[in-house]
Amino acid sequence: MNESPSLTPPVSTRDHSQGPANAPLTLVEYGDYQCPFCGAAYPVVKQLQEALGKKLRFVFRNFPLTQAHPYALIAAEAAEAAALQGKFWEMHDLLFERQRILEPGILPVWAREVGLDLEQFGAAIREEGIAKRIKEDRTSGIRSGVNGTPTFFINGSRHDDAPDYDSLAVALQQQLEGI
Amino acid sequence: MTALKAGELAPDFVLPSTPDQKVSLAELRGQPVVLVFYPADWSPVCSDQLGLYNELLPEFSEFEAQILGISVDGIWCHLAFSKDRKLHTPLLADFEPKGAVARMYGVYDEKTGEAGRALFVIDPEGVIFWSYVSPVGINPGADGILKALAAMARRNREASPKLMDPPKQETP
Repeated sequence: MNESPSLTPPVSTRDHSQGPANAPLTLVEYGDYQCPFCGAAYPVVKQLQEALGKKLRFVFRNFPLTQAHPYALIAAEAAEAAALQGKFWEMHDLLFERQRILEPGILPVWAREVGLDLEQFGAAIREEGIAKRIKEDRTSGIRSGVNGTPTFFINGSRHDDAPDYDSLAVALQQQLEGI
Repeated sequence: MTALKAGELAPDFVLPSTPDQKVSLAELRGQPVVLVFYPADWSPVCSDQLGLYNELLPEFSEFEAQILGISVDGIWCHLAFSKDRKLHTPLLADFEPKGAVARMYGVYDEKTGEAGRALFVIDPEGVIFWSYVSPVGINPGADGILKALAAMARRNREASPKLMDPPKQETP
């Protein structure tokens, strides 16, 4: 009963990922671009990626808390629309780095900055595919036991300690040694 | 203290949800009820347990389930907390006598003087269908509640098909 909930469905080619597919460690984040705690976790993930190099694969799934954060959904849509042009991570990074000034009107400016075709970008956001994908992420998060944002999973198991560097680094290291 | 378990009758209670409104469990018969006991308002994270359930109201409403948060905080504290977090679920004040309802459900923590993090899914007849006490400090998420609501809906449909769906829509 106290077992950590596990990631459902597991990571697949559908996911946005960084790092080798066969890395011994996979860190999955369910996040919200307007959540300040996800904003705080963003540099933590970067640090972990730097420290672990090819041993770590990082995956980001959407869990926009639309009641608490009015721009969470449009930001998630912007990142997914950027993904259709192969620029998911560029937009993902920008959204977190500039979280404090996030608002819908600025998204086309950032889209241009990361080199997106604005017409395609706008059209993609209006189509249903992106909304559907974000909803799928959300549903998978609920089924996986996401209990707020950010929620991290290490090799499929929910990380219940703080989402800070020390706690995540220790958990990842333990997982690595256990393999 | 042991939390009440599936199959036990959910003890009735009447608690204030606002300065001039009260919620009675008995009056909610006929629909599933989810009781969410939690230690205190103003926990220091956004998108905490109640915030999450607030986000998932569309999912809960598919089962016509009423979610009720319960803590020992007073009603004015609940009001300020609800407003701040934009919560749409009633928060009940188990304030006077302090923790009486949490005690009835076996989830009062004498040491901290707060309710534990415990979940009860109650069926439309007022019987506990599923309960779960979360380890200290761990937010249980929503998957357990949604699974319980889905299992209960299946059971109710099988038990009384006429009440729920016309026979034509039953899967063969």
